Amino acid sequence: MAKSAILRSFGRHWLKPLTFWLLALPGLWLGWQWAMLLNGQPHALGFNPIETTHRFLGDTALRILLISLAVTPFRDITRWLPITKVRRRIGLAAFWYALLHVAAYLGLDLLIAANMSIAGMFAGLWEDVAKRIYITLGMAAFVGLIPLAITSFNAMVRWLGARRWQQLHWAIYPIAILAVLHHGFMEKGNQPMPWIHGGILALLLGYRLVRSARNRSRPNPAAS
Amino acid sequence: MFFYRKPKPWQGREADVTPRALYINRRQIMAAGGAAAVTGLVGCGGAETEASTSAATAASSTAAAREPAPASGGLQYAETGYSVPDPLTPIDAVTGYNNFYEFGVDKSDPARHAHEMSVDPWSIEVDGHAGRTGRFALEDVVDFGALEERIYRLRCVEAWSMVIPWIGVPLASVLQQFEPTADARYVAFETYLDRREMRGTRFPVLDWPYVEGLRMDEAMNELAFLAVGLYGDVLPNQNGAPVRLVVPWKYGYKSIKSITRISFVSQQPETAWNKAAPNEYGFYSNVNPNRAHPRWSQQTERVIGGNLFNRRETEMFNGYSEQVAHLYAGMDLIENH
Repeated sequence: MAKSAILRSFGRHWLKPLTFWLLALPGLWLGWQWAMLLNGQPHALGFNPIETTHRFLGDTALRILLISLAVTPFRDITRWLPITKVRRRIGLAAFWYALLHVAAYLGLDLLIAANMSIAGMFAGLWEDVAKRIYITLGMAAFVGLIPLAITSFNAMVRWLGARRWQQLHWAIYPIAILAVLHHGFMEKGNQPMPWIHGGILALLLGYRLVRSARNRSRPNPAAS
Repeated sequence: MFFYRKPKPWQGREADVTPRALYINRRQIMAAGGAAAVTGLVGCGGAETEASTSAATAASSTAAAREPAPASGGLQYAETGYSVPDPLTPIDAVTGYNNFYEFGVDKSDPARHAHEMSVDPWSIEVDGHAGRTGRFALEDVVDFGALEERIYRLRCVEAWSMVIPWIGVPLASVLQQFEPTADARYVAFETYLDRREMRGTRFPVLDWPYVEGLRMDEAMNELAFLAVGLYGDVLPNQNGAPVRLVVPWKYGYKSIKSITRISFVSQQPETAWNKAAPNEYGFYSNVNPNRAHPRWSQQTERVIGGNLFNRRETEMFNGYSEQVAHLYAGMDLIENH
């Protein structure tokens, strides 16, 4: 009894702020490292800080997205319902990191390559999106996240209605596939990390397929 | 895995306090001791124990013979006119930011794991169309009394660059000792492969072992260089110890590391990256700002250790047109990338 009381109190009072700060932590760390770098202090960004930044933000966005997809299976397996209260903010954090990832690509790559010309930056963006498959895929994933982020507020959920909101947010599945492909097509050679991300995503999507197949075969599912 | 780890105080500092001949063999001696302990434990065969111990002793004596001045830990070499006006890349970047996928795909993996590779004693198998073939000790392939320094630009296909002071010998001088015949139209190289010592090879990132090759006239060009050191000292393992190719007018991956085989062949040899992605990496792989990599532009490069907010214009043949452009006269370098 005592244990479940603690868990209930944690879910009610601590889960949301704790999740927020955990999600903010990678960004705060990165900002801190850049502050150290720009002040000439020892930092952890390595010998190619811009590349480190791109990879760190991209990995963080993708991994948070995978975590957001793991919330529902986690709830089903543990039957700890409060976890679903943080699902939306986890998904939204994936969007914020993806936005930073795109901003870093625009600002630290394209803008510098175009000698600080904004027009040149957008020309470079268009060329990359049109020509380079991993950027096409990544940009499609990012653009796909935008409507989901815009509709992530309570007012939007009410305005759309739960049913339509859910249908819209199923877009996260193809977006996650695009994001993993973006990573895989970016790497040189056959690297392990995209396979690991892809494997985890396959498990998370496979779980949903199995669950929906089971639900269909049982016309009157129990309360779960 | 993308975090940069600051070098531990013990990394790369041994040379300051320990004679090279001693520390270079510490691993072999310890390995031999370990082998002795294991064989002793399972109680099978004193012969193996004896063999590994004597191998370690032999290794110490060859290393001692190779080093005329072990106290300094550095290499004796002559300076040359081969240099570039750009500032040198700091040594910690040269030895801490590496692509050596045999030790992992992150740039900091080689510095962390390459020490697991044993590089002494080292031998090179020479085969194919040549008068002298067989297995040669490194000391018989590279004349350590004729080392020279060359400061070359290194341009990675990933659009970053460095400037590195290599120590070594011209590749032509090495190849000529093997008396290649007229059938030797290409020379192929192979990197060492040991799955226990090279943890990155446990995953098929590439079709191991790593292989590379040059057309014979490219290999005989004055710029082609076989390096055994950098910044005045022997090559750190992560930079391709104990012997690697340096072809500064080509993308970095052509400069194959830790060479264990040299083959004189009549047909254009397979190369590791070309096998992995032929549309991205051709056999020639000359630095060419006009031929974009299918996934990124090659017109500019990020100078490692340089200004973060500035990119360098990439030059044709990495700035070495004068020495090498004639090799490709009349060739379409977009088609033959």
